[in-house]
Amino acid sequence: MLLSRTLLRRHNVLPGFDLALGFALLYLSLIVLIPLSAAFLRTFALTWPQFWDTVTSPRVVASYRLTFGASFAAALVNAIFGLIVAWVLVRYPFPGKRVVDALVDLPFALPTAVAGIALTAIYAKNGWIGQWLPFKVSFTPLGVFVALVFIGLPFVVRTLQPVLEDVNRELEEVAATLGATRWQTFLRVIFPIVTPALLTGFALAFARALGEYGSVIFIAGNLPMVSEITPLLIITKLEQYDYAGATAIAVVMLVIAFVLLLAINLLQAWSRRRTGGH
Amino acid sequence: MSSTSLALPRVTVPVAVPPRNALAAPAEPAWVRRLLIGVALVFLVLFLFVPLATVFAEAFKKGIDVYLAAISESDALASVKLTLIAAGVAVPLNLVFGIAAAWAIAKFDFRGKQVLLTLIDLPFSVSPVIAGLIYVLIFGLQGWFGEWLRDHDLKVIFAVPGIVLATVFVTFPFVARELIPLMQAQGNEAEEAARVLGASGWQIFWRVTLPNVKWALLYGVILCNARAMGEFGAVSVVSGHIRGQTNTMPLHIEILYNEYQFAAAFAVASLLAALALVTLVLKYLVEQRVHAQMRAPLIEPQSSPGATP
Repeated sequence: MLLSRTLLRRHNVLPGFDLALGFALLYLSLIVLIPLSAAFLRTFALTWPQFWDTVTSPRVVASYRLTFGASFAAALVNAIFGLIVAWVLVRYPFPGKRVVDALVDLPFALPTAVAGIALTAIYAKNGWIGQWLPFKVSFTPLGVFVALVFIGLPFVVRTLQPVLEDVNRELEEVAATLGATRWQTFLRVIFPIVTPALLTGFALAFARALGEYGSVIFIAGNLPMVSEITPLLIITKLEQYDYAGATAIAVVMLVIAFVLLLAINLLQAWSRRRTGGH
Repeated sequence: MSSTSLALPRVTVPVAVPPRNALAAPAEPAWVRRLLIGVALVFLVLFLFVPLATVFAEAFKKGIDVYLAAISESDALASVKLTLIAAGVAVPLNLVFGIAAAWAIAKFDFRGKQVLLTLIDLPFSVSPVIAGLIYVLIFGLQGWFGEWLRDHDLKVIFAVPGIVLATVFVTFPFVARELIPLMQAQGNEAEEAARVLGASGWQIFWRVTLPNVKWALLYGVILCNARAMGEFGAVSVVSGHIRGQTNTMPLHIEILYNEYQFAAAFAVASLLAALALVTLVLKYLVEQRVHAQMRAPLIEPQSSPGATP
């Protein structure tokens, strides 16, 4: 009864508010909030200089550079090709379109470890694609990028699709009537409408890529300073029983993830305003 | 509402797109269209179709006997069993949570709702590795409860409970975030009508609310299950990798792969890839139903409450 008296904004005849919210809050606290706060509390075991030295040691900084660089590049590629894929799926009829549309979600459905070993095999020196390439992909930073493109692919497409479907075609007709070429119409009319959604999709793919582990470790080769991603470094520290070190790096990643979450929320609000709600 | 998430496959609130204009809209020249379709398809084939095909090709490379031996070997079977246990606990728990959270958030107006919505999505923005780490910090030997657990001869980390916990964490938001937007869109009228007619809370839930959201619920469960069975990073941190005991299917694949048993690794992987394909098909089928349910009128004037299609 306490919850309903203090929190409810207006009277509601439906029952079950206390039970439902009480259970939801309890479960959320036990599974998510308390364990996550453990990570932050644990870093207090370190002094500030210790914390700073851990999270800025050369090997860790090299891993940030790889993780952020590869994630950014992969999200960029996904933004460009995702826009093309979404456009084609929304605007053009072609045979097998439904299957293609359903297949876009494959990276969500396929376990990351399966994706990881498959990509490694494809891009290995004797693999289906690797044998045609003049440079190495598997076991290099380039492999990290390939894996991150795979796992980030659906984010841009699925964020853009509903927005593209909502673009008012009459605007395009008006532009055409006023003498704009198709390309001008795209650049000046359509692109500004979908920009917030495109940025949201980019940010989602980027955020997902930063934390990705399963698909990357198989293809990366995991050489310290060269092809070692930050999440792997956390595991390495844990395996050496360096709990404080692992937690310090994890806290840096968590803070970055929360900042991105905030940015994505703001982008989505902007996107909703731009497209007039929903 | 805020719907930030890093596991997107979601029912985008479907605005039934009306055929905007019967007149031909300005379109790109045919060669541009063909070029764009070509680029999109090449990209998707390279990044989606080839990896999927590779899994099955590599799995059967050494023949059907090797394949069957790999998936019926005892460690493989133990990993299948553990994966089923982890998903079997995580999915129902998150289902109950999803229903409770959706009931409170969608049917009531209360302070802090926006914050709660953001917190529910939190597990999607946390790296799976960190999801595993936080449970090690609590239940591991050096963790908060480490000594207490050891003294009572209980094991969470490097044992099944830890694997289940990590799985629950990474699949936490799935059901809630499918149910909340649908139940918000449906409003309270049907439930309020049932209440006025004297239905109890549970009767309202079972006879009015549940039939209205059953497809979205199923959709959330399908996605939740796919992730629960496929999770790698979080489970890897808490598992301890004890063969035949604390290895789920993805972890078993990793071990086989690192031992250069590629055919066996891909054989087990092919089971998970098949699961992914089944997930995509079910998802596609259920999606149609969810869209229909979103568009359906909630209370038809002549029908009795709860008798919505």
